[in-house]
Amino acid sequence: MKMLEASPEMNRRSFVKKVLNGTLAGSLYLVWPMGGDSLEAPEQIPGIKDREYDIHNQEFAFIVDVTRCIGCGSCCVADKREYNVPDGNYRTWVERYVKGYSDQIYVDCPNGGLDGYQDPRTDIDEKIRDTFFLPKLCNMCKEAPCVQVCPVGATFKSPDGFVLVDEKRCVGCAYCIQACPYSVRFIHPVKKVVEKCTWCYHRVRKGLLPACVEVCPTGARKFGSMKDETSEVYQILKGPGVLTVLRKEMGTFPALYYKGARREVI
Amino acid sequence: MDAAHGPTAALITNYVFPNDLHVHWSMMIVLYPYITGLVDGAFIIAALYYLFDIKSLKPVARFSLLFALAFLCCATLPLLLHLGRPERNLNMLLTPSPSSAMAGFGYIYAVSMGVLVFIVLFVYRPDLVELRATSKGWLQMLYRALTFDSIDLSDSAMAFDRKIIRFLVGIGIPIAAVLHGYVGFIFGGVKANPTWSTPLMPVIFLFSACVSGISAIILAYIVIRKLKGRSIDHGCIKTCVKTLTLFFILAFTFEMLEVFSHSYLKSGYHHMVEGLLNGPLASSFWLWQVKICSVIPLIILGVMGLFNIRKSLYNFMAAVVSAILLLQVLIMRWNVVIGGQLMSKSARGYTEFHPEWFDKEGILAVIIIMALPFIILFVLSRIFPFWAAGNESNVK
Repeated sequence: MKMLEASPEMNRRSFVKKVLNGTLAGSLYLVWPMGGDSLEAPEQIPGIKDREYDIHNQEFAFIVDVTRCIGCGSCCVADKREYNVPDGNYRTWVERYVKGYSDQIYVDCPNGGLDGYQDPRTDIDEKIRDTFFLPKLCNMCKEAPCVQVCPVGATFKSPDGFVLVDEKRCVGCAYCIQACPYSVRFIHPVKKVVEKCTWCYHRVRKGLLPACVEVCPTGARKFGSMKDETSEVYQILKGPGVLTVLRKEMGTFPALYYKGARREVI
Repeated sequence: MDAAHGPTAALITNYVFPNDLHVHWSMMIVLYPYITGLVDGAFIIAALYYLFDIKSLKPVARFSLLFALAFLCCATLPLLLHLGRPERNLNMLLTPSPSSAMAGFGYIYAVSMGVLVFIVLFVYRPDLVELRATSKGWLQMLYRALTFDSIDLSDSAMAFDRKIIRFLVGIGIPIAAVLHGYVGFIFGGVKANPTWSTPLMPVIFLFSACVSGISAIILAYIVIRKLKGRSIDHGCIKTCVKTLTLFFILAFTFEMLEVFSHSYLKSGYHHMVEGLLNGPLASSFWLWQVKICSVIPLIILGVMGLFNIRKSLYNFMAAVVSAILLLQVLIMRWNVVIGGQLMSKSARGYTEFHPEWFDKEGILAVIIIMALPFIILFVLSRIFPFWAAGNESNVK
C-alpha cells in the first residue's frame, strides 16, 4: 500500500535510472570482453573458427570406439534434436550385439537405440559369451555409391570429403537408398526427399564437433581433422591399433572407422 | 524366423536395419520394367517381320507397333508416381549425370519413342494417305500432318519407304534392347543388393521382356479378333508361339541359372538369398513364378511344338499359355524388385511388404496405369487401322 502512496515522480526517476544502468552495463558487456566468451561458440575443432576455410585442403575422419560405447542413446537423442528427425527414420542409430556360446549372433535396435539399452534381452535361450553396442552413421565413403547413382546430382561429394544431399534438387527416386550398403538413408516423410547423416557439416564448418560426438559421455564417437596432427583421430589412425571399416568388400572406402569392432559386425 | 524356413533360419535372427523396414521401390517400380518389357517384346515381333522378313507375322506386325507405342506412352507414368517430388521430374530427364545408370533414362526413352513413332508413320503411310483422301475436317488435317503432307505412293516412293522402315527397325532393335537391358542394369548395378547385383540381370530382363511382349501380342490378337468375330491367322500364331518358346526357354534358363549358381557357389550371401527364396518369397517365387507360371507353360509349349493339334485348340492353348506367361513375367518383376528389397542390408533379416489399395503407388494406381495403354490403343485404332484389308488375304 505504501508503494501506491509514493509520489509518481520518484518512481519514474528510479525506473529511468535502472534502465540507463542496465543499458550501459549491457553495452559494455558486448564491446568489452571480460574473459569469459559465453556468447561465442567454443572452438572444438582447432583451425577452423575465424579462419578462411580452404575447402580443397581438408580431410576429416570419424572413429567409433566400440569398446567404449555403453548404449546410452545420447548420440541418437542429440541427432534427433539437431535435425528434428521424423519418428521411424534414423540418421544415426546404435545396435546391440549379443554373441552366444554357439557363435550365434543376436542383433536388435529397438527405436534406433533412442531410449538407450536399459534392460537386457530376455528372449535368448543360450548362455551369452559377449555383448557390445555398435553405433552406426553415414560412412562418408570416398567411393560413394549413392553419389554415383544419383540421377540429378542432388547427392554429391563436397571437396572436403562430405557426402551431402541438396534437398532442393533431390527428386525422391530413392535410387541412393538402394545403392547405400549401410542403409543410412531414408525419404523424409514430409519433405519427400532423401535425408541422411551429414556428420553435422553445418557445425563442422563453424569449428564445432558433430552433435553426437559432443554429447557422447564416454568418447566412443570421435571426430577430427586429419590435417591436424595433434587431433585424436589423427593419432589413432596413424597409430598401430587395429581399425576396421564396415563392409570393406563393397569397395566404398569409408572415412568412418571402427575401433574394436568384432568380425561379426555388418 | 520360424523353423519352417529350414536350416538357414538358424543363421538369420531377423534383424533388419531401422531404415530398411520400409520397401522404397514398390509396385510402380514393378510396373515400369513390366511395361517397357511389353514394348520391347511387341517391337521384336514387328522387327521379325519388317527386318527379317518373317512373312507369316504380317497380320500382327502393324498391330505390334501400335501396341508398343501405346505402352511406351505410359512407360513414364509409374516412375512419375513413384518420385517423392514428381514436380521435379524434368531434373531427371535433363540433368547430365554420366555416372548414374538412371540418368540415361531420358535419352534412351526419347530415342526409343522417336524411332517408334517414325516407324509407325512410315509403315502406315499408304493407309494414312488413303485415309487423308477420304476423311474430312480436323481428321484430314491430322492425316495431312501424319503423312508430312506427302501423297506420293509411287513405286519408287514406296521402295524408298521400305528402305527407311528397314533402317529404322534396324536401329530400333538395339535401341529396344538397350531400353530394356538398361532397365535390368538399373537393378544389376546396385552392388549393395546381392539379389540384384549380377551381370545376368540385364539379360534376364531382356529375355523376359521378349516373353511378355510376344505373349501380349498373341493374347491381344486372339482376343481382339475373336471379339470382332474375325478369323485368326493360324500360321501367324504358330510363328509367334515358336518365337515365344525360344525366348521363354532362354529367359527361364537364365532365371534358374542365377538361382542355382547362387546356391552352388554358396558365396557370402548364399544364406540370405536362400532364406529369402525359401522364406518370404517361397510362395511367389517357387510356387507361382517357377511351378505354376513357368513349368506349366513349358509343358504346354512343348506339347504345342511336338504334337499336331487342331487349329482351334492350338489357338486356345496359345491364348492360355500367353496369359500365364504374362503373369509369370509380372510375378518375376515383383520377385526381383520387391523381393530383393525384403532382404535387409543387415544380412540378418527380412522385412515385409503389404500393398495398399489407395496409395499413390497402390493397387488402384496399378490398375489405372495398366488400363491406360489400352485406352490409348483404342484411340490409336481410330487413327491407324490395326488390320489392313490386304492382311485378310492369307487368312484361311
